[in-house]
Amino acid sequence: MYSYEQEVVQRDENTVHMNVGPSHPSMHGTLRVKMEVKGERIVKTEQEIGYLHTGFEKLGEYRSYNQFITLTDRLNYFSPLSNNIGFALACEELLGITVPRRCQVIRTILAELSRIADHSLCVGAMTMDLGAFSSILWTFVEREKLYDVFEAVTGTRLTTSYTRVGGLAFDLPADFEKRVLGIMDSMEETLDKLRDSFYKNRIFLDRVEGIGVISKEQVLSFGLTGPMARASGIEYDLRKFRPYMVYNEIKFNVPVYSQGDTLSRYKMRIDEMAESILIVRQALKLLEPGPINYQDQKRTLPDKTSTYRDMESLIHHFKLVMPGDDHGIHPPLTDLYSSTEAPNGELGFHLVSDGSSTPYRVRIRPPSFINYPILSTLLPGCMIADLVAILGSFNIIAGELDR
Amino acid sequence: MDLLLVILQNFYVIIAIKMAVGLGLSMGTVPVMVWMERKVSARFQFRRGPNRVGPFGLFQLIADSVKLLMKEDFLPRNTDRLIFLAAPIMAFLPGVLSFALIPIGSSGGNDIVGAGGVMAISYISMGLLVMMAVSSVAAYGIAFAGWASNNQFSLLGGIRSSAQLISYEIVMGMSIIALLMMTGTLNMSEIVQQQAQPLFGGIWLIPSWNIIRQPLTFILFMVAAFAETNRAPFDLPEAEQELVGGYHTEYTGMRYAWFMNGEYAAMFTMSAILTTLFLGGWTFPGLEFLIPHLPWYLTALLTFGIFFAKVAFLVFMFMWVRWTLPRFRWDQLMKLGWNTLIPLGLVNIVGTALFLEYVASNFGFGG
Repeated sequence: MYSYEQEVVQRDENTVHMNVGPSHPSMHGTLRVKMEVKGERIVKTEQEIGYLHTGFEKLGEYRSYNQFITLTDRLNYFSPLSNNIGFALACEELLGITVPRRCQVIRTILAELSRIADHSLCVGAMTMDLGAFSSILWTFVEREKLYDVFEAVTGTRLTTSYTRVGGLAFDLPADFEKRVLGIMDSMEETLDKLRDSFYKNRIFLDRVEGIGVISKEQVLSFGLTGPMARASGIEYDLRKFRPYMVYNEIKFNVPVYSQGDTLSRYKMRIDEMAESILIVRQALKLLEPGPINYQDQKRTLPDKTSTYRDMESLIHHFKLVMPGDDHGIHPPLTDLYSSTEAPNGELGFHLVSDGSSTPYRVRIRPPSFINYPILSTLLPGCMIADLVAILGSFNIIAGELDR
Repeated sequence: MDLLLVILQNFYVIIAIKMAVGLGLSMGTVPVMVWMERKVSARFQFRRGPNRVGPFGLFQLIADSVKLLMKEDFLPRNTDRLIFLAAPIMAFLPGVLSFALIPIGSSGGNDIVGAGGVMAISYISMGLLVMMAVSSVAAYGIAFAGWASNNQFSLLGGIRSSAQLISYEIVMGMSIIALLMMTGTLNMSEIVQQQAQPLFGGIWLIPSWNIIRQPLTFILFMVAAFAETNRAPFDLPEAEQELVGGYHTEYTGMRYAWFMNGEYAAMFTMSAILTTLFLGGWTFPGLEFLIPHLPWYLTALLTFGIFFAKVAFLVFMFMWVRWTLPRFRWDQLMKLGWNTLIPLGLVNIVGTALFLEYVASNFGFGG
């Protein structure tokens, strides 16, 4: 069993025990790193998680498929739409249904928008951790505009819960395309401003270049995904590897860096945002009128207006929404793993169905949980100030750590 | 009227007035600078800054001060009580003290304010040395606060601060040596007077400000000034994102406010020193033609206004840098100090000496 006193006794006499987090300005969320430092240099670190235990996986066993979507909002709370979409895709694969094209295009656009929102926060927060405070508010401005769009689309800013099994909660508002295009233009300006302020900034480069280098082998052995893997030269992107939604119709590049240091992770996110802007612009052209929900009233919720006016739909709504084994969606007795490329990496859902209206098991593979442990391997030998730089480039979201 | 003059020229009355003015200026500008910093940073970040309390949010400072005064005076367990309580005052005083050395204006030769019309609180020939001595005391306040708090974050902040101040004091001292070779005096008022002359004795409208005569010295001194005041990018002792609050992590309420006041007072004083040494103090090109036609009080106001405008610009520079640049890492800071700035300072001294010996003396200009 862990005992603080024991550890203090055992440690080298020249080191100091330091506890960073779970309440610390740069431990975004509730991360905790216990460090042994010798002067400013870190000798040994140990990470501890469990300060934001949410129990999503256990809750999932008592919630119907549609109810669980509201819980996915809280996983990575910087890009809730990506989680909504990832879970909806998993459920649809379980049921063996394909959603209409308009729904797929909308989901693609929103997934990329939430990627931009997530990355912009990470990029801003990382430079803030390095002491350059202003840039986080530059990116926050863009993020706020995106959140305004999310609010117009989904009704809420943070806990979007926009997808349903087999479709979406509502269709897009009328001025969606115009607003998104406007934001994409201003986002490009912000990205240029970030490049101008930091790519040649000597202090910034000294702080991040060659710091926290992750090798290709480490990426593979730790199972890292997303920007962290691609910054180390592993070209792994599910959007290209196993295209889902409409990614196969869209031309985009997957930026890859080979250095694997903090700087490449920073540049990686900026490049990814630039690619996302291109994807959104192309996907908006694919947007054409049509139904947004899978047309099967036994499995997808009927339209709200027809629920109120049409008896048939009211019965279907009742049958889908009410709890109990006679109601709800009944997928076949099977299990499957479905994953999407979330902003921080591969977001996977392993669903085990026992044929009832609630899943038997919902196992989540969140990117942050898998990406986090490598920190302790990187830190020994670094300075205390490097901790915040490295951790900032990981973009660990505490909501994903303890499901 | 005569009585008034007698009273005014009484030694103690003059001292009292000077003290009031000096303390009022250096203390009174602190809240204004805090307000300015919040407004400036807001502009850099697409925000509006304080705008609810009073016009332009100016009364926000009063609200903040009242809040800080009303806070519980909290003393954490296992602290070194005496040092813990003394540290904020030690960190605060030097900033205010060194302001006393700075000539803030001129009454155009009228002796009403004493010292031959120089508006300075203390007119001493060793001004620069006293400034150096006083400003290095601030390091003790911070180091003591870090030590007495009994907290690893504070301790690291304190250690960082002492290492930083020791290294950058050398840089500052070296830059001042080069400056002294040029000016030949330690008296700040005389340094200002020299800068009122046209450059190299002839080019009218280009003043012989030391920023033009000694550009490298100015840069060295400026960098050292940022480090001495613990402002970004040299704000390692408090490094919020790494050390929570650094040396003042354990301080609350008014004790914390003394540290903050100290930082801003030091920033103001440093800007004033930079103005005095390099930007010509209260002088301005063309002013010498205007002064003989003005009554002494208008001269005093005008010179003070010029001085204050220059200081305000430098204070804005401090803020500009703080809200733009990332922070150094500790070892990089040391490397910059010892491997780059100190050699540069030495080169600067030798260069100045050679210039004075071979160029200036032969062509009849310079010091």
